[in-house]
Amino acid sequence: MSSGLAAQVGHLARRSVVRTLRQPASVVPSLLFPLMLLAVNSGGLASATRIRGFPSDSFLDFALAFTFMQGALFATSNAGTDLARDIQTGFLNRLALTPLRGGALLAGQLGGVIALGLVQAVVYLAVGLIAGARIEAGPAGAAVIVVLSVLIGLAFGSIGVVMALRTGSGEAVQGLFPLLFALLFLSSMNLPRNLIEIGWFRTAATVNPVSYLIEAIRSLVVEGWDGQALALGFGIAVAIAAAGLLAADRSLRGRLART
Amino acid sequence: MRRSRFRSVALAVAWRNLHTYFTTLALVLPGLLFPLLFFATFAGGLSRLRHVPGFDFPAGYTAFQFVFVLLQSAAFGGVFTGFAIARDFESRFARRFLLAAPRRSAIVAGYSLAALGRWSFIALLITAIALATGMRVGGSGVDLAGLYALALLVNVAGGLWAAGVAMRLRTVQAGPLMQVPVFVSLFLAPVYVPLDLLRGWIHAVASVNPVSLIMEAGRSLIAGDPSGIGLAFGLGGALAVGFAAWALRGLRKAESAG
Repeated sequence: MSSGLAAQVGHLARRSVVRTLRQPASVVPSLLFPLMLLAVNSGGLASATRIRGFPSDSFLDFALAFTFMQGALFATSNAGTDLARDIQTGFLNRLALTPLRGGALLAGQLGGVIALGLVQAVVYLAVGLIAGARIEAGPAGAAVIVVLSVLIGLAFGSIGVVMALRTGSGEAVQGLFPLLFALLFLSSMNLPRNLIEIGWFRTAATVNPVSYLIEAIRSLVVEGWDGQALALGFGIAVAIAAAGLLAADRSLRGRLART
Repeated sequence: MRRSRFRSVALAVAWRNLHTYFTTLALVLPGLLFPLLFFATFAGGLSRLRHVPGFDFPAGYTAFQFVFVLLQSAAFGGVFTGFAIARDFESRFARRFLLAAPRRSAIVAGYSLAALGRWSFIALLITAIALATGMRVGGSGVDLAGLYALALLVNVAGGLWAAGVAMRLRTVQAGPLMQVPVFVSLFLAPVYVPLDLLRGWIHAVASVNPVSLIMEAGRSLIAGDPSGIGLAFGLGGALAVGFAAWALRGLRKAESAG
């Protein structure tokens, strides 16, 4: 990266990080909601561990992975809404008049998502461990969870950015939330896929990429090191991030051409 | 004369709200999507929980979850109406209501009627889907009427709670304050398994949560083995009356704020 590009990314990333962390309305729900659902589900579904073939004797261990995924959903919403606001207020138009490169704009914009993703991952892990969860893969596994969780946040954040660039509307970005929520719920978030009884739901969970993202994190908590689960999780996260960033780059060109 | 004025204001408020709701897809979808998603995820994805030792619900897991989804849709049908009230205050339309209505409590009644109308549509849809996906109903017609009447009380209580918040804060930004307590009280009830299968802190909390009583009574009705019905209706009624007072005080605060 040339020093000019690095400086551009640095300035925009700093702005994005500061703006994200200065908005309690963005930070607080994205930290609290997933933890609240973790508390409710790990208590309410504890008896699921008595089902034959259930992979853990603690539902807290099993459910912890879902918390990271839910946090990533908030990344989509935050990244998209912030950029949509920049479009609505004309800030993007002003940037378009500068020699700023498109890649720098996207990288900088996603800086806030990465920072928030990092904070979320550390908080979720800390709360999980305090509540009694055990990471089978040990401290190195915990580090991998943080890295994967930030990568998933970046992947979903790039989808939010695409939506913002295409529509220029914060409301439209928020409208994406129920759809992503559906993806989250129609996955193996509450039971392993082999224990899902209803055929159509098991099929939906099997074709849903979110299942593999959850299972990669879960494997580190519940089983230890599972190469296949990790390869699938990292592979899918990288693929979504790459597709999202590519689409964001194309959408940005279209947006700048229009303005 | 006074009664007919009250009725005409309430009907006008309800009609306007329902018209906006049914002609705006972005308002219909969230209220519809979440109950359907919960139903699909819980009844479809978690049905193996019926094999947990001690789980004994004769009508099956789909019916068990249907009651939760019905009550959730009822409560949130009310809460989403609170959003509409907040929007009306933000756009200053509510001020025109306050100026025009001879009896302003009719405005609260109108919004409650609208919440009921919105939820009736959702309840009809989720009932049709549940029956189409093979839900077994053990209760008689009277039991089912009881179940829907309980849900109606939850809808009224949820709507009046949200109305009270919306009229005090008069901004859509108060949305989380309307939603979160309702969401938490619903999920701190026995959502996935009966109360006696819960363990630890969640059992302690669910045992004193009034929503648990209403949910368990609703489940006993759909199973055709009614129990705790009087208490559940008493509690639902008390919640509705309590939140009506909360909403009317909110209306007074909105009036004095001008």
